[in-house]
Amino acid sequence: MIDTAQVQPVSRHPKKKSAGARQHNLAGYLFLSPWLIGFFVFTLLPIVASFWLAFTDYNIFSAPKWIGLDNFQRMFFGDRRYWRSVRATLYYVFTAVPLRLIVALLIAMLLNKKHKLVSLYRAAYYAPSIVGGSVAVAVMWRQVWGGQNLGLINYILQAVGLPYVNWLANPRTAIWTLITLAAWQFGSPMLIFLAGLKQIPAELYEAASIDGAGGWDKFIKITLPMLSPVIFFNLVMQMISGFLVFTQAFLITGGRPLDSTLFYALYLYLRAFEVHEMGYGSAMAWILLLVIAFFTALVFKSSSAWVYYESGGLGE
Amino acid sequence: MSGTEMYTPAVPRGSKQTRDRLNAAIYHILVASSCFIMLYPILWMIASSLKPTSDIWTTTASLIPRSPTIEHYINGWAGFGTISFSTFYKNSLIYATVGTVAAVASSACVAYAFAKIRFVGRKFWFSLMLLTLMLPGQVLMIPQYIVFSKLGWINSFLPLLVPRFFGNAFFVFLIIQFMRGIPIELDEAAEIDGCSKIGIFFRITLPLIQPALITAAIFSFYWTWEDFLGPLLYLQDPHLYTVSLAIRSYSDPSAGTNWGSVFAMSSLSLAPVFAIFIIFQRYLVEGISTTGLKG
Repeated sequence: MIDTAQVQPVSRHPKKKSAGARQHNLAGYLFLSPWLIGFFVFTLLPIVASFWLAFTDYNIFSAPKWIGLDNFQRMFFGDRRYWRSVRATLYYVFTAVPLRLIVALLIAMLLNKKHKLVSLYRAAYYAPSIVGGSVAVAVMWRQVWGGQNLGLINYILQAVGLPYVNWLANPRTAIWTLITLAAWQFGSPMLIFLAGLKQIPAELYEAASIDGAGGWDKFIKITLPMLSPVIFFNLVMQMISGFLVFTQAFLITGGRPLDSTLFYALYLYLRAFEVHEMGYGSAMAWILLLVIAFFTALVFKSSSAWVYYESGGLGE
Repeated sequence: MSGTEMYTPAVPRGSKQTRDRLNAAIYHILVASSCFIMLYPILWMIASSLKPTSDIWTTTASLIPRSPTIEHYINGWAGFGTISFSTFYKNSLIYATVGTVAAVASSACVAYAFAKIRFVGRKFWFSLMLLTLMLPGQVLMIPQYIVFSKLGWINSFLPLLVPRFFGNAFFVFLIIQFMRGIPIELDEAAEIDGCSKIGIFFRITLPLIQPALITAAIFSFYWTWEDFLGPLLYLQDPHLYTVSLAIRSYSDPSAGTNWGSVFAMSSLSLAPVFAIFIIFQRYLVEGISTTGLKG
C-alpha cells in the first residue's frame, strides 16, 4: 500500500529546463524544508546518537563511557529479565495480533451489507478503538479484571455461581488482560477490511453460487484470496504496533506478576528512565529495531506465497 | 459472503419472505447484542462514575445507578493538592490544539512539495520519509530525551510541541493521497496566469484539500490528547500535568483511591474524543479506509 509509485509525475508538459527547473527546485525545497529540517534534527541525528550510545555506559549525569559490546553481552547472557521481556512480547504479538485480525475480519464481514443500521453498528464497534490508547480506558480495564477490588468480571462470575479468579496476580492470566484489551480494539483493521471487502466484485460470488459453492467455500476460495493484500497490510501494521505496546502494560499490569507482562518497550523504559541506563536502553532499542525489521521482512518474503494480486496470481 | 447466509434455517421454499425476515431479525439481534458487549465496559465506567461510592463495588455490573449522584464529578474536578482538574484539562487542550495545528499545517506544506512540485531528489526524500514510518519511536526516544534535558526543556511543553512543527510522515502521506485527486490542470492554469507556487498552495490547493486536513487534524488531536509516554517523560511538575497524567495519579494504588472520582474524571477525559467522533465520523472512516492510518 505504501511505495514510491504513489508520487506521480507532476506535470504533463515538462517546462523548459534551466530557469524553470531551478525555480521548481527552489519551490520544492522551500515547501519540503519543515520535514527536511525535522528529519535531520529529530530523526537522523538521534539515530546516529542512539547507535553510538548503544556501545556506551551513560547515566545522563556523567559523561558517556565507551564499553564496546558490553551492553549486548549483558543483554544476551547476563540479564534474565531481558529474556523474560522478550518472551512476554513474543507471546503477546503471536496471540494478540492474530486474535485482533480475526475478530476484525469477522465483524467486517458481518457489516459488509447495505442497511441503514450498519453505519450505527460500525460506529459502535469502532468506538472502543478511538479511546483505546487512553489512560482512562487502561485504568478502567484494570478495574474490569480486578485491581484492588473484586472487579467487574469476577463480580459477574460470582453472580452466576462461578469461583472468582485473581486475574492480575496470576502470571498465566495477567497477560490475557492485555491480550483481550487488544482484541477489543479491532476498529482500524476492521475498517480497512471493510473497505477491502467492498472492492470484491459481486459477480465472483454470483458465479460461485451458480456453481453450487457454499458459504465456506466462497470464503476460502474468493474472500480470503481477494482480501489477501489487505490482510498483508493489516498484519504488518498490527505486528509492528504489537512489538511496541507500552502504555497499557505500564498502567494495567506494570509488568507484574513475575515479569509475565514485562513487554520489551516497558522494560526498555524502566532501564533507560527509571534507573537511567541510557546506553543499555539504546542497545535494547537497536535490537528491537532489528527484530521488528526481521519479522517484517519475514512477512514480506512469505507474501509471494499467499498474497494474491489480480494482475499476477498466487505465487508469482 | 453475507452474514445472514450462515443462519439459514430449513424452511419450505414457499415462505421465502418469512425466512428472509427471520434471517434479518437474527442478524440484527446478533450484531446489536455484540455491539452492546463491546460498549459495555465504557458504559460501565460512566455508570459507575454516577453511583454513590458504596454502590460502585456492590451493584457492580449494573448500568443504571440506583441513586445517581454527581458528587464524584465535583470531588474529582477539585483535583489534588491545590491544583484543580481544570488545570489538567487546560494543559491537555493547549497541548492537543497547538500540536495539531502545527502538525497539520507543516504536513500540508510538505505534502504539497511531494505531490505538486517536480524537484530534484523528490523520490529519494519520499522513500526516506516512508522509511521513517517504520522506525520504532524507542530508537529516537533516548537521544531526544538527552538533548531536551541538556537544553533545559524538561518540565515544559517544548519537547512535546517543537517536533510537531516539522511535519508528520503519516499526515504527509494522507494529504498526498488526497492531493493526487485534484486535477493538475488547475495548477497549470493558475501558473499560466502568473500565480507563484506559494500562491497556488494557498489559493488553490489548501481550499481543495480541506477534507484531508480535517481527517489529519482529528487523528492528530486524538493521538495528542491520549498521549501518555511523552508527558510521562517530560512533565514532572503537577501544574503541567495533562489529563492522562492526572488520571494516572488519581488511580495510584498508594493514594487510597476514590474510584468514583477516577471513573468520573476518566469519563470526562473521553468526552472530547467521543464528541469529535460523533461529529466527524465520516472523515475518520474515510481516512482509515483509504490510507490505513491507525486510530
